[in-house]
Amino acid sequence: MGAIRLEKVKKSFGTLDVIPGVDLDINDGEFVVFVGPSGCGKSTLLRLIAGLEDVTDGKILIDGTDVANEAPAKRGLSMVFQSYALYPHMTVYNNIAFGLKMAGESKDVIDQKVQSAAKILNLTDYLERRPGALSGGQRQRVAIGRAIVRNPAAFLFDEPLSNLDAALRVNMRLEITGLHQELKTTMIYVTHDQVEAMTMADKIVVLQAGRVEQVGKPMELYNNPANKFVAGFIGSPKMNFLGGELAAKHNCHEIGIRPEHLAVSTESGVIAATVKIAEHLGAETYLHVEADGLGPMTVRATGEMPLGEHDKIFLTPEQDRIHRFDAHGLALGAS
Amino acid sequence: MSTRASTLTGRIMSAPSIIVLFLWMAVPLGMTIYFSFLRYNLLSPGMEEWIGTLNYEFFLTDPAFFASLANTLLLVGSVLVITVVGGILLGLMLDQPIFGRGILRLLVIAPFFIMPTVNALVWKNLLMDPVSGMFAWIASLLGLPAIDWFTNAPLTSIIIMVSWQWLPFAVLILLTALQSLDRDQKEAAQMDGAGPVAIFFYITLPHLSRAITVVILIETIFLLTVFAEIFVTTGGGPGLATTNIAFLVYTQALLQFDVGGASAGGIVAVILANIVAIFLIRLIGKNLDK
Repeated sequence: MGAIRLEKVKKSFGTLDVIPGVDLDINDGEFVVFVGPSGCGKSTLLRLIAGLEDVTDGKILIDGTDVANEAPAKRGLSMVFQSYALYPHMTVYNNIAFGLKMAGESKDVIDQKVQSAAKILNLTDYLERRPGALSGGQRQRVAIGRAIVRNPAAFLFDEPLSNLDAALRVNMRLEITGLHQELKTTMIYVTHDQVEAMTMADKIVVLQAGRVEQVGKPMELYNNPANKFVAGFIGSPKMNFLGGELAAKHNCHEIGIRPEHLAVSTESGVIAATVKIAEHLGAETYLHVEADGLGPMTVRATGEMPLGEHDKIFLTPEQDRIHRFDAHGLALGAS
Repeated sequence: MSTRASTLTGRIMSAPSIIVLFLWMAVPLGMTIYFSFLRYNLLSPGMEEWIGTLNYEFFLTDPAFFASLANTLLLVGSVLVITVVGGILLGLMLDQPIFGRGILRLLVIAPFFIMPTVNALVWKNLLMDPVSGMFAWIASLLGLPAIDWFTNAPLTSIIIMVSWQWLPFAVLILLTALQSLDRDQKEAAQMDGAGPVAIFFYITLPHLSRAITVVILIETIFLLTVFAEIFVTTGGGPGLATTNIAFLVYTQALLQFDVGGASAGGIVAVILANIVAIFLIRLIGKNLDK
């Protein structure tokens, strides 16, 4: 069981309020991703849940019990650190067994649990090695193994993939998602990478400056961002924001349109633009254009596009994909 | 040194210093070995003659040799234990964010800058003196009899003084090692349910193993030749109670003017130091290969 509930959780360092007060519900078995730019307080929030930082105010309920003043080990949570934080002088086996040993488990129980975790994570052949003799991906798996054996109420991941190279990152992403489907344990995952958030999460929590901007399923955030910040943060390449006459026509301060929701034509359209840079990826083409009177925009066109610098094009937004924002950046309903 | 030409240049350029250093070491060593096979006493000049290993036989069968060997090992061992254990404890304390940490660190390091002779005089005259020393004064406040340190516990006194001198070195090395311990590792151990004591023995101490090795090796080199503290305070006595190998060689050469015997003693000391070094490297040197 691992339902976690945060009630008015507050954290200050001196006079600086890093987290001014967060309320959040995490259901048992859910994969929740905290996402936000660096310095938004997502790691601090995770460390508060873990118990590695003391809350200034508020409650952290795990399965209904307030654990805000409990020691980290008493909360029944496991954490995977960004640096992996493996114990360098211990073998992989002892790294994984350490938590069980501290809990006073018998040798047989430890051995059985370590072996089964090693099997899940393909580490059986490496149990006698030290972390120094492992590759990045293997170290990552040892860190996960150390978390698994304690059979926690929830797993906490602090940017676990940011030290891996791109190809390995995609692999580990799938492995962690697979692990979640297998274990069905609550997982809280911190990342600054919105792709990881979109692909892995059941529920995304978007944070900025210690505040929760929006909570929802990945596609909810993509389709109905609550404000300009979420709209700009979720989705890649970034949403285009346009003001001026075009926005006035939609009765709002600014409109947002995603690069993939713009139709490209060489003859006619709503917005006239000049191509600055074209990135040809084969399956799709990214056009960085200068729209007349509107400034720079990004367009994501499917397939190959024989366009280059200085080409004149016309863009037409999909009408039902236009997001409208008021002067404070809050989203307005459909016009 | 990637090309043959640059390797050659490198060798030629470094040759002078290597040659000078080699002569600097080899000539005195060779002379000492040569003297150790001579009857060579400054009180009877011009009588030098080859006597083979007789100097060694005298030195090694001298009861003073065994007493000073035991004293040397006891001194080195005790100081190592005190400085390593004390260094870890002080290092842990100075690693905490306590009030006045900067000044405290400076004070802890200070004894290392005091020369051994001054150190010994301070301890002898200001602290351990049975009449005017501070320890005697404290004892009198408590109504206890004053301890005559250098008469009743001479070797212990030397050990205390030398430990005081070398503790800062251990603290310095161990503190820097402590500061390089990854905070994440401690937090991971915390999450794994380890308390402060378990974290110390399972995480901190293994992390320090390399630094401890360095402290032991370097201190051993210097502690085998402790001389000034003994010379200034006890003069090797009472009897032979505080005579170590280095001091024994000194008495041979400069009190008995027996250059041959002293040379033999010096060579024996060199051999002993090498035995200790081999032993230490075997025992703990593997910590350095990580």
